[in-house]
Amino acid sequence: SSASLRILASMPSRTIGRSRGAIISQYYNRTARLRRRSSRPPLQHLCRTARPSLRQYDLETDPARATLEDKRSLLVKELLSLSPGQRSHMLLTVPLSLAEKRALRQELSGQRGPPRQHRAPSSPCGWSKDNIALVRPGRGSARQPGGLRCRLRPRCSPHVPSPQSCRGLWYRLLSLLPAAQPWHYALKQIGGRFGSSVLSYFLFLKTLLMFNIVPLLILLVFVVALQAAYPPASASPRPFTGLELLTGAGYFTHSLLYYGYYSNATLNDPCASSPNSSACPLAAPPLPYNMPLAYVFSVGVSFLITCVLLVYSMSRSFGESYRVGSSTGDLAARVFSAWDFKVIQRRSVKLQSENICTQLKELLAEQRSRSRSLSLCQRLGHCAVLLLAWALALGTVLGCVLAVRYLSEHMHAVQQGHRARGSGQRWQEAVPLVLPLVVSLLNALMPHLYNLLALWERQDSPVARLYVAICRNLLLKMVVLGLLCYQWLSRRVVCSAEECWETCVGQDLYRFMVMDFIFTLLDTFFGELVWRLILEKRLKRKQRPEFDIARNVLQLIYGQTLTWLGVLFAPLLPAVQMLKLLLLFYIKKTSLMQNCRSPSKPWQASHMSTVFVTLLCFPSFLGAAVFLSYTIWSVRPSDTCGPFRGLETIYKSGKTWVQVLERSNPNIGWLAWAHQHLLQDTFLLFLVSGVLLAVTYFNVQVVRGQRRIIRLLKEQIANEGEDKIFLIQKLHAVYEQRER
Amino acid sequence: QANPFQHRICRVFSTSDDGDDSMSFEDFLDMLSVFSESATSDIKSHYAFRIFDFDDDGTLDRKDLEKLVNCLTGQGEESRLSNAEMEQLIQNILEESDIDKDGAINLSEFQHVVSRSPDFTSSFKIVL
Repeated sequence: SSASLRILASMPSRTIGRSRGAIISQYYNRTARLRRRSSRPPLQHLCRTARPSLRQYDLETDPARATLEDKRSLLVKELLSLSPGQRSHMLLTVPLSLAEKRALRQELSGQRGPPRQHRAPSSPCGWSKDNIALVRPGRGSARQPGGLRCRLRPRCSPHVPSPQSCRGLWYRLLSLLPAAQPWHYALKQIGGRFGSSVLSYFLFLKTLLMFNIVPLLILLVFVVALQAAYPPASASPRPFTGLELLTGAGYFTHSLLYYGYYSNATLNDPCASSPNSSACPLAAPPLPYNMPLAYVFSVGVSFLITCVLLVYSMSRSFGESYRVGSSTGDLAARVFSAWDFKVIQRRSVKLQSENICTQLKELLAEQRSRSRSLSLCQRLGHCAVLLLAWALALGTVLGCVLAVRYLSEHMHAVQQGHRARGSGQRWQEAVPLVLPLVVSLLNALMPHLYNLLALWERQDSPVARLYVAICRNLLLKMVVLGLLCYQWLSRRVVCSAEECWETCVGQDLYRFMVMDFIFTLLDTFFGELVWRLILEKRLKRKQRPEFDIARNVLQLIYGQTLTWLGVLFAPLLPAVQMLKLLLLFYIKKTSLMQNCRSPSKPWQASHMSTVFVTLLCFPSFLGAAVFLSYTIWSVRPSDTCGPFRGLETIYKSGKTWVQVLERSNPNIGWLAWAHQHLLQDTFLLFLVSGVLLAVTYFNVQVVRGQRRIIRLLKEQIANEGEDKIFLIQKLHAVYEQRER
Repeated sequence: QANPFQHRICRVFSTSDDGDDSMSFEDFLDMLSVFSESATSDIKSHYAFRIFDFDDDGTLDRKDLEKLVNCLTGQGEESRLSNAEMEQLIQNILEESDIDKDGAINLSEFQHVVSRSPDFTSSFKIVL
């Protein structure tokens, strides 16, 4: 009946979204809780002795408007008792309209003290500042989207009191911030046309650029710039030809780019260059700059900072995308967050609708097939196909590795032959390019093969297909890189004839990076532009090629791994990588706009970015860190070049320095003690691992407890729901009886 | 704007008394503030609930969900879900999110469901 329906419509659970009174009451409650830090209000504050859930809300059927004012004054009273920071945060999170918030604010400031002159609503200055303050949080988060270009920003008089004007200045600066941010408009364009998934690739590229700035700055300031100021007296450099950019040899060999250029002594010591340094009459300089120490410490510190940044970003994105207690499926969550409001072009909106439709149909089909159990025969067949596909994939990886190994040995023999025969300089420069070329070719072609394999395999869920593809690609790249690292460190095949093997390894890494860049360009050109032309002209299909996000991201991770591997041998490699990333951004963006369409596979952007950052951290950074540690601890540096010539291992330089310190200044003997017992003993390692294991166990138990509580609460809510339905039915029955 | 939710957005944010869904400058500011990057997830889910509630009754019942899915999948004939698929989808959504089993999703349940999806804050965003 209509009366009961009217009462039902005004149930608190249904009106909380709409009625201002309910919202104000809810936030009054929250503010009080925040102040008192308890979860239940004390009994003397209750005005009604109704059920606990009804105590906080007011029934809409109460016609007196005064209750709204009462609630508002209660809220204002509570807000006054908070600190200003908490108060503004509370005001910002209340989902009321601007007019309401302004009224609340006025009441607050009116209650705080005598009303200030400039707050008269007729003054446009205070009004606009107020509104901007109410609408934008002043927390100074670094990435604010396009500032609100408030058209009513008049000239403000200088006699405005200082806290207000400071805030106004701050907001004005904030609105200028997006203009200073790199690529803000480009990213918005990409997000508007292609959605969040393709945007995540470009955001990842930007993140990598940030990761490279830190090692570059450290190495530039502490190592490169100082060495450039004190150039060593070495052989005259070879003339510059254009080929150096490709091969990294020739003019670049004895330059700041590589390890071999750096001196092994104190830089500003005037005695170092004289032959008999023991009979040196000049005094030691006041601030000696020991190059080997600077080199090894800079590399170590930059790796440490990169590690901290990576772990921080990984934990932050992991925290955003993992949820406790999501035991049931997340179909509802996906439906509610399916619509990407960033997409603004009409064509893209239509595409997005089609995508969502396809995704939903696929999800539903997957659910239906899951509920239908397969027969034993079908399951066996499916397993056999899977095993065969994996065997093929692993076989191709093995084949590639063997091919690379055989090729490097062959190239080495060819190079020896050329050197013995004394062939021209050009040949000698060209031969080392073959191995990087072949490796990059394999890296570019094999993913397409794996895509074909996945088509044949026909996995059920598209997400699993994506993970399998990423897994196989990553395996191939990491195994090939592992083989190359082994070859560089053992030097049986590569760089075995060189005197300065570190420079040789640095040059090899430079060549790999350049080849990787060239092949990415070729891949973009052929994979996107030419493919689109073929599709349109020959096959007459309107569809453009898709932008393969996973493959491109793995390419970026591979390039970054090369940079991290090579930092010790070529300190300017991060600069090369940064240049590469900058160029790649513009090229990829142009190609994307001209040639591609948005991906049709379902894509959970934040989940995938977590996966990518994890992949960057674990196989990539960890592998580079292991390689670096091994090189520093166990490999013998060359005798004739570089900052560590003649030493047994690079690590020894640090040790000798500590001993020298100990001898010269007995007061800091604790440093030597700390060095010996903390770094060299393994006890510390065991202790740290034990602590980590304990913390992990504790967290796992906490999560398990939380899951159990969530389950209990859900049961309780279901019981209350049944109560509610029972009461509603009784209500209907009573009203029907009364009407009769 | 080509957004299929444009009418709902105008209706939700407009505070005009004549019911013609016109928006003043303050309403526009409100809308941008909710859709901006710095709005909390609470505010976004609050307003998202109001936008998705097509009949303004304070809950998302079956009819609201059906209209929502139709808006998401587009207006063309071939891109709509069949009746059976729609039934299955709505059934699944209600099973997952309706905790008190009253056949409709209220604000708290909606906020609970949406907090599980990390993509919500990034999709419920307009960049200026």
